[in-house]
Amino acid sequence: MKQQKILKKKDFQSLLNLLAAEGYAVIGPQISDGAIVYQSLDHTSQLPIGFTDRQSPGSYTLEKSANEDAYFAWANGPQALKPLLFQSEELLWTASKDEANSIRFEQCLPVVKPIAVLGVRACDLAALELQDKHFLQKEFVDPYYQKRRESLLLIAVNCSHPSANCFCVSTGDGPSAQKHYDIVLTELDDVFLIASGSGKGEKICGLLSLTEATENNRQSAVEQEEAAIKVQTKRLPDIDVPVMLKNKTNHSRWDLIAEKCLACGNCTSVCPTCFCHTKKELHALDGKNSQHYRVWDSCFSLEHGYIHGGAVRSETSQQYRQWLTHKFSAWVEQYGRSGCVGCGRCISWCPVGIDVIEELSALSDEA
Amino acid sequence: MSENPYLPFEATVVERIQETQSIFTLRLKFCDEDVCEYPFKPGQFNMLYLFGVGEVAISIVSDPEDNACCDHTIRAVGRVTHAMSELKAGDKIGVRGPFGRGWPLNEAEGKDIVLITGGLGCAPVSSVIQYVIRRRERFNHLVIMQGVKHREDLIWQDQYDQWGKSADTQILLAASEDKSTNWPWFSGHVISLMDKVEFDPNNAIAMMCGPEAMMHAAIKPLTERGLPEEDIWLSMERNMQCAVGHCGHCQYGAKFICKDGPVFPYPEIKDYFGVRGY
Ligand code: SF4
Ligand code: SF4
Ligand code: FES
Repeated sequence: MKQQKILKKKDFQSLLNLLAAEGYAVIGPQISDGAIVYQSLDHTSQLPIGFTDRQSPGSYTLEKSANEDAYFAWANGPQALKPLLFQSEELLWTASKDEANSIRFEQCLPVVKPIAVLGVRACDLAALELQDKHFLQKEFVDPYYQKRRESLLLIAVNCSHPSANCFCVSTGDGPSAQKHYDIVLTELDDVFLIASGSGKGEKICGLLSLTEATENNRQSAVEQEEAAIKVQTKRLPDIDVPVMLKNKTNHSRWDLIAEKCLACGNCTSVCPTCFCHTKKELHALDGKNSQHYRVWDSCFSLEHGYIHGGAVRSETSQQYRQWLTHKFSAWVEQYGRSGCVGCGRCISWCPVGIDVIEELSALSDEA
Repeated sequence: MSENPYLPFEATVVERIQETQSIFTLRLKFCDEDVCEYPFKPGQFNMLYLFGVGEVAISIVSDPEDNACCDHTIRAVGRVTHAMSELKAGDKIGVRGPFGRGWPLNEAEGKDIVLITGGLGCAPVSSVIQYVIRRRERFNHLVIMQGVKHREDLIWQDQYDQWGKSADTQILLAASEDKSTNWPWFSGHVISLMDKVEFDPNNAIAMMCGPEAMMHAAIKPLTERGLPEEDIWLSMERNMQCAVGHCGHCQYGAKFICKDGPVFPYPEIKDYFGVRGY
């Protein structure tokens, strides 16, 4: 069903019921601690109805939306898909010793049940493609990520309310979902336009009671998308950013940023494409068992580049340069495109409001 | 190898050899009888896991045709390697690998070979020396250069004498901070010996490992004598945790040292080589 159909808002709950009946645990956006986060969802009434977000460098707040019945009149919160697949902490394997001091290794693949995520945005789908490339499509496949990935059903929602920090139009990733979704929704006044993007999605859609979309509905969706494109005034500098950065290994701007940057790593943890992780060994007191975990890491940590008793990047300016040049330049060589999907999270969640776009523009200037 | 690239295999320490005060070699044999073949190339590395402590990347120093054991020369510098130095014959350890790109030994056949190493226990290059000496007829002139601070830092001293007796082999050793009179070799920096190196720049390959500053200093005299940059190969070191290009720690510009390297032809890393903070 590439064709768009109509799901009436009064039937929205039937989608959740159907997903549950099909064996999916549903995860969807909800307000928690002043932000919209993805949590287990039973009923559409739990969604952030009538809320919108206000984002600016270093700031994210929720407020009442002009449209008080809207479910999705907001832009992305701090996280969406990344923590579901590449978990902040994952047990990889255990080692145990027997009487003869032999070591037995056992892999601990996660036991996952099918998960349906409602409300996935275009930027997150683009980020998902990059994480897939990193964890699944090079020489080595990560079986933990793979298991979690296979369990996902993705229900995208086209963005109608980008925040002031969003620039997915300029990265080419939004505001509408382009690929990698199973189902995509466009929220209009009383109805959702609905279409499937995969066999799994088509099956679900086939079980819903849908009606034909009218020309009017389609027109509203087009206008909504155009408006969402227009509100995005933030954009990447109009130059070849990867090439520009290659020539800026020495630039006075790095030191200027370092005066502000706290090296807290918030940007790397909210960024949907960052993949760095370190390992953690939990050794049982009985001396017979040991658990080997991986946990998120950040290039802003001193240990990130630690060799022979010294850090490769001991200064904040070097750490910030690693983050920015990896994201916007080295990524292109590694994965064929920039590592930034324009979600704006690193800007909103930076405690001191450092804005990657502003930094890229400053770096594009001479000096 | 297992489908799961993170999962180690159990191996037994067959022998532990103390090379210097802080450097030791572990000879390992896989416990699983099925792992009888372990194809690797000199310059590649394994991740060794010490029970309850953690993993560390160590290059393989034995000969690839030596099926009996897999040798790892380790310098006790960090938490894991210190703890590893306590291992004795018969102890068990975890191993996964081999990982990365090794030395271009096939390309080196029929050419002069210039090996430059510096610092303590530069295991990746010693595996090349052994490899070439055992197959001496396949290679042309061989130059072995090693720079250390003090004479005690030179591991495999006896072997250097041995290697020096091998046909068509030039050995150049330097101790930069050694003032003792009975040091038979050069007192000073190994790079000062570069003009003594005999090689045909049109048919040679240089391979080096050691401190980056030393490798950096060696590149200019080599290229000045006409050796093309793509014939200069370096073994790089960075923090390695996963060895499979996932954890991000070993990134060097756009390269992952663990899977794109650790051995690189110079042009591939030239953009970042010598720039602090990469
Ligand atoms: S770099 Fe910032 S804007 Fe780009 S994808 Fe990461 S968090 Fe989003
Ligand atoms: S190096 Fe930094 S920017 Fe790159 S993936 Fe790792 S944490 Fe993110
Ligand atoms: S060691 Fe993990 S990416 Fe290279």
